[in-house]
Amino acid sequence: MTTKILSLNTSLVRPQRNKRSLQQRRARAAWLLVFPALFLLAGVAGWPLLRTIFYSFTDAALDTPEVYNFVGFDNYLSFFDGEAYGVLGDPLWWKSVRNTLWFSSWSVSIELILGMLVALLMNQKFRGQGLLRAAVLVPWAIPTIVTAKMWGWMFHDQYGVVNDLLLRIGIIDGPLAWIASPTLSMWAVVFADVWKTIPFMALMLLAALQTVPADLYEAARVDGATAWQRFTRITLPLIMPAMIVALIFRTMDALRVFDLIYVLTSNSEATVSVSGYARDQMVAYQEMGSGSAASVLVFMMVAGIAASFLYAGSLYNKEKQV
Amino acid sequence: MAQLKLEKLNKTYDKQTEVIPSLDLLVNKGEFVVIVGPSGCGKSTLLRMIAGLEDITNGNMYINGIYSNDDTPSERGIGMVFQSYALYPHMSVYENIAFAMRLAKLPAKEIDRRVNEAARTLQLEPLLQRRPKDMSGGQRQRVAIGRAIAREPKLFLFDEPLSNLDASLRVQMRMEIANLHKRLGSTVIYVTHDQVEAMTLADRIVILNKGRVEQVGTPLELYDHPGNEFVAQFIGSPKMNLLPATLVKSGENTSQVVLDSGKELILPIRTPKSAEGQSVNLGIRPEHILWGEKNRAHYQASVIFVEHMGNETYLYLDNGNASEPWVVRNAERSAIVAGEAVGVDLPAEHCYLFDGTGQAFQRLVTAQASPEALISKKIVN
Repeated sequence: MTTKILSLNTSLVRPQRNKRSLQQRRARAAWLLVFPALFLLAGVAGWPLLRTIFYSFTDAALDTPEVYNFVGFDNYLSFFDGEAYGVLGDPLWWKSVRNTLWFSSWSVSIELILGMLVALLMNQKFRGQGLLRAAVLVPWAIPTIVTAKMWGWMFHDQYGVVNDLLLRIGIIDGPLAWIASPTLSMWAVVFADVWKTIPFMALMLLAALQTVPADLYEAARVDGATAWQRFTRITLPLIMPAMIVALIFRTMDALRVFDLIYVLTSNSEATVSVSGYARDQMVAYQEMGSGSAASVLVFMMVAGIAASFLYAGSLYNKEKQV
Repeated sequence: MAQLKLEKLNKTYDKQTEVIPSLDLLVNKGEFVVIVGPSGCGKSTLLRMIAGLEDITNGNMYINGIYSNDDTPSERGIGMVFQSYALYPHMSVYENIAFAMRLAKLPAKEIDRRVNEAARTLQLEPLLQRRPKDMSGGQRQRVAIGRAIAREPKLFLFDEPLSNLDASLRVQMRMEIANLHKRLGSTVIYVTHDQVEAMTLADRIVILNKGRVEQVGTPLELYDHPGNEFVAQFIGSPKMNLLPATLVKSGENTSQVVLDSGKELILPIRTPKSAEGQSVNLGIRPEHILWGEKNRAHYQASVIFVEHMGNETYLYLDNGNASEPWVVRNAERSAIVAGEAVGVDLPAEHCYLFDGTGQAFQRLVTAQASPEALISKKIVN
């Protein structure tokens, strides 16, 4: 009896000895749960990135990566006899940068506008709504390679359905070389990309639209707002945060574009993207050094643009809170 | 200020679901009309039709004599306060109130004047730069009202504006809305399911049931002279008790009925000869029932449930119908406990009489007996 009371007393007096505080235990559990993900990320993203940065300062070749000399920044930019060398000195690199930016801005803006229209339509009540929402996802679900092959066939200058349609309607007099022509091929790539990614954009925006309470639109109607004013003054500001997230996702994706262009236009110089350029350096020319340098530049470009998006978003939020 | 006239107004969804069959109503300039009814009676739909948020299927609507069926909400010149307030979350209080005027392209000076005036009226001045999410329910409600009054509308529409507020705030806002109406003198149409709000705010009440107007009248008219059982039971809380009885003798000035208990009552109610011998319902409000001596009382029953409110007591009497026992409201504390047998008296001047279809016979009592008279009677008992 006495011992029982005693032991009870000791456990009451110093509970800290055997037991961590609740907060400590929570933090421990959190780290434990996050660890596998961190480990995986470090393995598949962190390490390759470090290796790429490392190789970008060497003259290693792809087939013999263990034989290398440090060359400093030569892979990025160097001058011999007044001539610029390295990735940044290569006109094709700058061409690929222009291509990538051109592709990204056009495809993301068209996706945003069309995706918004589709989302606004899907936000209306009608029969078969659920079916349509599922059906709309199909282009997004198709693998990019398949999309590229499909559009490649549709854009075929002799047998393609696009030329056939345009000829029948009478918009064009003779077949166009969608894939081969330097001016048209970039548009062909944009078309295919827009077709593929509108569902993503539309569903992101639809989810945001559904968070806007219906009575706000009614209040705006009572206040005398036209449909366009309701869209610009009520809808847009309220879905802005979700829209920025969607834009970031899509822009990141577009800047890294490779497979669609590679399969659709067979890596012609007219459409080569920065990822395509890096791949050429690395695989076609077997130059691990300059290929890595190009990859690092792609990484920096994407990261930089993502950061500026996030910064703009935080500025917007801050302004909203004032 | 505007007059509103509804003529044979009809609302039918999908060509089959008739929500409002045919409704006529005239709201005079400066009048405060409350539309009240149980949920699903079509009162919100009616208000939304008046607002222009819902199409009018058939019938005509006139604002100040001008046909307005096809006008947009803003063309009708209405201001509306929504149940959920519907404030724009991304705008400050100032911008919420100014929004309609900005759309109407009013000069900035005029907008500023009107916003500040509305803010002063509703004590919103310190809150003008806040956003809706940083405010309490009562404050949001005031902003919603401010948004409506700043536009200086011809017609105010309120859609259950107080139902999201807690009880004490509801009483406070009720007074504010009543004062506001007094000061602005505007025409108001106010929808609620709460008969207390209807009684306290309205110049006239419209009682709606299944899309039909049951009765229109001043609050006391509806309390004293309900046209039928529905109105009689809807107005007043707790609701009116209905006792089955038989009309044995009709008359111009008095009618004689026999209760189930066998007791006879002579009521100051006019009944036609044709109704003689019919079974009728005798209505009596909980606050008018008096305690009687057990043996001589009009009715004897056992108490099945007692609710103590502090200032008053509700006693529920067993009438064989467990879901709708009769209620007696005792204006003071009661020592009666559940299970006790009691006798109740039904003062003739407070009785109502309804025929088999629920229609009221005409009561001939105009004024209610004074409270003093009731108290003295109780003491005698």
